[in-house]
Amino acid sequence: MATTNGAVENGQPDRKAPALPRPVRNLEVQFTKIFINNEWNESKSGKKFATYNPSTLEKICEVEEGDKADVDKAVEAAQAAFQRGSPWRRLDAPSRGRLLQQLADLVERDRAILATLETMDTGKPFLHAFFIDLEGCIKTLRYFAGWADKIQGRTIPTDDNVVCFTRHEPIGVCGAITPWNFPLLMLVWKLAPALCCGNTVVLKPAEQTPLTALYLGSLIKEVGFPPGVVNIVPGFGPTVGAAISSHPQINKIAFTGSTEVGKLVKEAASHSNLKRVTLELGGKNPCIVCADADLSLAVECAHQGVFFNQGQCCTAASRVFVEEQVYDEFVRRSVEYAKKRPVGDPFDVRTEQGPQIDQKQFDKILDLIESGKKEGAKLECGGSALEDRGLFIKPTVFSEVTDTMRIAKEEIFGPVQPILKFKNIEEVIKRANSLEYGLTAAVFTKNLDKALKLASALESGTVWINCYNAIYAQAPFGGFKMSGNGRELAVLCLLQVTLPVSEKVGTGLFYLYVYSLIHWL
Amino acid sequence: FKYTQYKYLNQQCIILRAIFINNEWHSSVSGKKFPVFNPATEEKLCEVEEGDKEDVDKAVKAARQAFQIGSPWRTMDASERGRLINKLADLIERDRLLLATMEAMNGGKIFSNAYLMDLGGCIKTLRYCAGWADKIQGRTIPMDGNFFTYTRSEPVGVCGQIIPWNFPLLMFLWKIGPALSCGNTVVVKPAEQTPLTALHMGSLIKEAGFPPGVVNIVPGYGPTAGAAISSHMDVDKVAFTGSTEVGKLIKEAAGKSNLKRVSLELGGKSPCIVFADADLDNAVEFAHQGVFYHQGQCCIAASRLFVEESIYDEFVRRSVERAKKYVLGNPLTPGVSQGPQIDKEQYEKILDLIESGKKEGAKLECGGGPWGNKGYFIQPTVFSDVTDEMRIAKEEIFGPVQQIMKFKSLDDVIKRANNTFYGLSAGIFTNDIDKAITVSSALQSGTVWVNCYSVVSAQCPFGGFKMSGNGRELEFAWLVGNYGGSMISELNRIQIKKA
Repeated sequence: MATTNGAVENGQPDRKAPALPRPVRNLEVQFTKIFINNEWNESKSGKKFATYNPSTLEKICEVEEGDKADVDKAVEAAQAAFQRGSPWRRLDAPSRGRLLQQLADLVERDRAILATLETMDTGKPFLHAFFIDLEGCIKTLRYFAGWADKIQGRTIPTDDNVVCFTRHEPIGVCGAITPWNFPLLMLVWKLAPALCCGNTVVLKPAEQTPLTALYLGSLIKEVGFPPGVVNIVPGFGPTVGAAISSHPQINKIAFTGSTEVGKLVKEAASHSNLKRVTLELGGKNPCIVCADADLSLAVECAHQGVFFNQGQCCTAASRVFVEEQVYDEFVRRSVEYAKKRPVGDPFDVRTEQGPQIDQKQFDKILDLIESGKKEGAKLECGGSALEDRGLFIKPTVFSEVTDTMRIAKEEIFGPVQPILKFKNIEEVIKRANSLEYGLTAAVFTKNLDKALKLASALESGTVWINCYNAIYAQAPFGGFKMSGNGRELAVLCLLQVTLPVSEKVGTGLFYLYVYSLIHWL
Repeated sequence: FKYTQYKYLNQQCIILRAIFINNEWHSSVSGKKFPVFNPATEEKLCEVEEGDKEDVDKAVKAARQAFQIGSPWRTMDASERGRLINKLADLIERDRLLLATMEAMNGGKIFSNAYLMDLGGCIKTLRYCAGWADKIQGRTIPMDGNFFTYTRSEPVGVCGQIIPWNFPLLMFLWKIGPALSCGNTVVVKPAEQTPLTALHMGSLIKEAGFPPGVVNIVPGYGPTAGAAISSHMDVDKVAFTGSTEVGKLIKEAAGKSNLKRVSLELGGKSPCIVFADADLDNAVEFAHQGVFYHQGQCCIAASRLFVEESIYDEFVRRSVERAKKYVLGNPLTPGVSQGPQIDKEQYEKILDLIESGKKEGAKLECGGGPWGNKGYFIQPTVFSDVTDEMRIAKEEIFGPVQQIMKFKSLDDVIKRANNTFYGLSAGIFTNDIDKAITVSSALQSGTVWVNCYSVVSAQCPFGGFKMSGNGRELEFAWLVGNYGGSMISELNRIQIKKA
């Protein structure tokens, strides 16, 4: 079992330490076409687009560029695979689960290949891709494999002499549009529950990062999913994405990305056929550090919380509120951490931070950094690009940040930590809740009352207490307000990919809740 | 002492025969061993270490240790528990042929049934239970007052599990699968007639990587090892599948000792009701399989067949024709379709009940006596003109004997079907939707099959009303608090065969 510090576990003292996983050298990209009906197709238009390695700025390869016509073809295949009496519809529930389990086995088999592809395409450190992204993929697939034959309806004692029971039916053809920050993991988060419940899928991976999605297509074929159950159409948002959002034969769409585009997706969904919509959007997540917190834990969690994945997380802890008594010490320690963060080649085992995904993001982040300087925040460290090193940005910390500054209101999606000061709990609750976002929040305190109070008061889909980024397949994940609609993972998301059908009486289920995780030390 | 070699068809196979505690093999504290037989040939297969109270004590200690807060089993992620159970399923799949052969030889099971049905069910059940491990959720509750309240679903602790001899491996896994999935540790006593596949599981459990003490297997007899488990002060729950008679003893012992939770899967005298509008061939075949499968040794055996008057004679004629088609013999031989009964005690009991049928005036249509000069074989037997007061209509036979009774009206047959202390399962054959729904709701039965029979699957809870049992097996969705804990209402399952 490899560990990141190479320590020897359970071995003889003279045995070598277990080796770290290695990326695949000179990996050739095999799968670059559109995946429909378990076959690889060229685009109808003949167009292709290039995908780049953000660390080297070199083109990796060209990928077939889908458009509306290809989406139509994919939807046709998905519909055919969903027909009553089709192999997929006739497959019993435990067998569906078995296929997902076996897909997890294949992902595990090809873990190094997928992690290498992911690093090449996104610039994230290879060890992160291997141990975090791929681990999450495998575990999520296995989790949903287990649910397939456990989705139960109920019998209901209604008035009158009537037999009433509910069944959960698959929705039909589900569309999914996935982002570039965790390309494979976000794809699996969409795919696993949908397939678990018996739906068929048409997926569009982000144009910046299509490679791992297409490789997964080959594994889906190898495992033996019937043709048409999963279809993958790489391409751009305004073409493929829009086609999926407004397709009249797609019954549901799941989107992860920016709030701005999320609104367009929901609009198109309503305009076309009122398809069901779930959205995982942006966040400007508050991280509240009380004076009685374990300070080193808080500093470390807040640091990883904002800098992980080059700051490109919807859960990024991009507003750190620190109680005034411990403010200066917190800033000092955070700056120390930020200065030590190794930035460089994502294939180097020492690297913790790679490049930003593309020029557009890079420019946006630098623009927000400049606004921070202009609007009066104190630049503690970083604040610019790594000289002539492409899309790399120095880990940046701002203190003396106030609520009206752009860096305190807009999602940065980069390695920038704004640290704000607060005096008391009531004040910080108001300020934390003041934005239109509400994805996650974190609270650092040893006091049980404070913890429970903040957990209930924060308008946030997830509240972490004394921990950060604790995300597991078993727990639901999603945002309040404009951070999203609906929940992914856990059993609740299954309600979003099935239609409860009742034979006599209609049942409606409406959830609005906050999910809190308390890390037991 | 740990294992013995057995030669079959020029193949050597290893049979494990010791007590399995803490992932290690032990001989019995007393030094005693007991013989295990092949019921088709009456030949002794081997001797197995005989567990008694002291061995059960050792096993419970080990299970308790493995259940301590902070132990590897308690600190393991729930999803990892699921992984281990899946791994166990993989290992069973690998050893499927060996396990099926052992089950057929030791249990008198037709080999193809053992391989396809028993082993198939085993693998599927484990995979099903593995999936539940990290999905057993509690709730947060908005109660009065300013409180934060939530429930968690905790494992019960050390579960004692007593397994029958009719589906030795399958029942073993129906018990340990859900228990392990929820994080319990177990002490299992397989039936003394059929311990071999359970002991082989010990080696697979160790190979899969379960921590020591999580599963412990103590072969032995009911009055010694079984009683020790039921009355042990440090066992939190006992699960038993077997006769109603012994079930009562177990529940009594549980009450007398430490109020351990009890779940019971007991006997049945399950009614099968065939209406005149039923698809006759379908009904005959299902009713037939329902009572004759595995030589009649099923708790769900359809041992009271109520046929509507107008189709009665035809039904009897077709059933007799069907019953005459059996080839009796060694269950490992291809082409054989009926094996022996499990042992002398069962064999004699069944023959006694057959005699009572003849004496009390039932009409013997075919069979009616033993077969062959070695092994516990009984001819497939059909009685018609059976009436409700006859012993064969009231007592569980557990043998290849079919009772066919006549009925006139719907209300009458419902009354008669419910007129028993048992309530495990029932079957209804009709094409009329109203009859199907009315009768299935009226029957006091844990499972009701419509236009089919014996359909059992890991996804569905299984258990009996009244004296056919307490609680449900494989029931995850209703877990509130403890595994096998508060059961507020009887769960009735209706399963309709779709055309």
